[in-house]
Amino acid sequence: MSKYHLPEGMPIPVPENDDLSKPYWEGLRQSKLMVQKCQDCGTHVWGPEWICHHCRSFDLAWEEVTGKGRIYSWERVWHPVHPALKDHGPYIVVLVELPDAQNIRMIGNLLGDPEQEIPIGAEVEVTFEHHNDADPAYSLAHWRLV
Amino acid sequence: MGRRTLRGQVAVAGIGETTYYRHGQAPDPEFKLALKAILAAAEDAGIDPTEIDGFASYSNDRNDPSRLAAALGTKQLRFSNMQWGGGGGGGAAAVGNAAAAVATGMADCVVVFRALAQGQFARFGQGPQVPTISGDLAMQAPYGLMSPGQRYAMKVIRFMHEYGVEQEALRAIALASYHHAQSNPRAVMNGRPLDEETYDASRWIVEPFHLFDCCMENDGAAALIVVSAERAKDMPHKPSYLLSAAGGSDYRCGAPSHNHPNYASSNFATVAPNLYEMAGLKPSDVDVVQSYENFTGGVMMSLVEHGFCQPEAVNDFLKPENLLSPSGLLPLNTSGGNLAECYMHGLELQIEAVRQLRGTSTAQAPDVNVSMVTAGPMVTPVSSLIFGSEATL
Repeated sequence: MSKYHLPEGMPIPVPENDDLSKPYWEGLRQSKLMVQKCQDCGTHVWGPEWICHHCRSFDLAWEEVTGKGRIYSWERVWHPVHPALKDHGPYIVVLVELPDAQNIRMIGNLLGDPEQEIPIGAEVEVTFEHHNDADPAYSLAHWRLV
Repeated sequence: MGRRTLRGQVAVAGIGETTYYRHGQAPDPEFKLALKAILAAAEDAGIDPTEIDGFASYSNDRNDPSRLAAALGTKQLRFSNMQWGGGGGGGAAAVGNAAAAVATGMADCVVVFRALAQGQFARFGQGPQVPTISGDLAMQAPYGLMSPGQRYAMKVIRFMHEYGVEQEALRAIALASYHHAQSNPRAVMNGRPLDEETYDASRWIVEPFHLFDCCMENDGAAALIVVSAERAKDMPHKPSYLLSAAGGSDYRCGAPSHNHPNYASSNFATVAPNLYEMAGLKPSDVDVVQSYENFTGGVMMSLVEHGFCQPEAVNDFLKPENLLSPSGLLPLNTSGGNLAECYMHGLELQIEAVRQLRGTSTAQAPDVNVSMVTAGPMVTPVSSLIFGSEATL
C-alpha cells in the first residue's frame, strides 16, 4: 500500500522554467494554499498568470486562502492511463470552488471511500499530502468532505 | 468593402480517405497515409495533384506542407496553414482557413488533411509518462487527471447535474453512431453492432463515460479539396458549398485549472451564433449533423449549444429514434463517426457531411440541402461549419 492517496510513481509537479507557479508549490510544502490576487482591483487569479484578467494589472501578489471549498464537479476514474495506476482501482477527482476567493476552482482528489456518492455543492476542506521522500520533494492539496 | 463572408464562395470538390485501421495497425507510415489520402481527394476532384497549391491542417499534424509539396511535385506552394489548438477542435476551422485563402485569392486549390499513425507515434488516450511535469498539467496529472476523457468528464457531470440529464441520453448518441457504422463498409466497427444492454454492461472508463462513450484511437488519413465555387461547378461531383465556418471559444475558455466561467459547456456558446449568422440559417434549417464525438457528453452539449434542443429537453431529444438516418428528426453521425467509423480526428465527419450532400452516404438522410459539422467539443478553440447544396445559395 502506498502511504499516499494515489500510488507512488505519478508525475512530480515542478514549477515552469519561468517560475510562474513556484509560490504555489512552495506554499503547499508549508501546508498553505497560496493563490494570486490583483493588488489593483482585488480579483483572485487562478491558475497562475502574469496579468490580471479583470483590469490588466501586472501587480499580482500571492496570498494565502482558506482551505474551505465546495464541490463544483467530480469524476470517478476507473480506467488507468498511467503505469503507476495500473491495478489501483477507482479514484475520485474533484473540482472544488473556493467561496472565500471568488469561487476560483482547484483540482484534487476526494479522500475517503473511492466508491462513495459525491454530492455536488457539498462542503470540503483541504488536506495537504507531503511527498518528502520524492526527488524533488513536493506536496499536493487533497480534499475531504466536512 | 462589402459584407465580409465566406458564404457560397468556395466548395469542396474532392474527398479522399485511406483505409481506416485500428491504432497501430496501419501498414504504412503516417506520411505515406497523408499522401495517399491527398492523392485520393485529387482523383475524386478530377485534378492533377500538382495543382494543389495550399495545405491546411490542425492539431499539430506532423506532416509538414513543404515536405508534402516537395513529395507531390506541387508546382508552387502558396498557402501553408496550421490551426492552433490541440484535439479535433480545429477540424472545421481548417476548412474555414482553406476557404479564406481561396476566397481571397491567396491560393486556388487547398487541401485540408489529417493523418494519424498512433502505432508510429504516441497514443492519445495515455497519460504523460515523464518523471516531472509543469504548467497547467502539474495541477492535474499528480491527481490522476491526465487523459482527454478525464479532462472533460467533469464538464459533462456538471452539465448533467445542472439539467438533470440521464445516462440514457449519452447512450443514445453511442447507439446512433454504432447503428450507422453497420451499413458503412469503411467503418472499423462495421459488423460490431451495439445494443442497450451491451452499453449498460460495458465498463466505466471515467464516470460518466462508459467504454462506448469514448472515441476509438485509429490510424489512417483523410483529405478534402477546396476550390472556388465557380470552378467547382465544372468538376465531376456535385459541389458542397461552404455556407459558413466559425471557430474560437467564449470568455476565458482557456482559463487554467478548469476555471472557464462557462464550465458545463462544449465551448460553442459564441461559435454557434457566429456560424448561423454567416450562413443566414437557423437550427431548424439543418438536415443532417456530424458532431465530433471525442466523448458522447461533448456531442450532447454541442447539439444544445447549436440550438437543436434546450438543455432542459435533452432527455427527450436524445433518444435513438430521433438520431437515426433516414427517419430521425436529426440524423446524427451517419458514418459512425469517431466512435464507430474511425477516429480520423473528425476530418472523416466533414467528408461524411459532403457525402450527405452528394447523396452517397451509406446512411443517407432524405433531401439533404444543409449539412453541418461540429468539431472538437470541450477543447479550445472549437469550430463548426455548414455545407449547402446549390439550392441554398
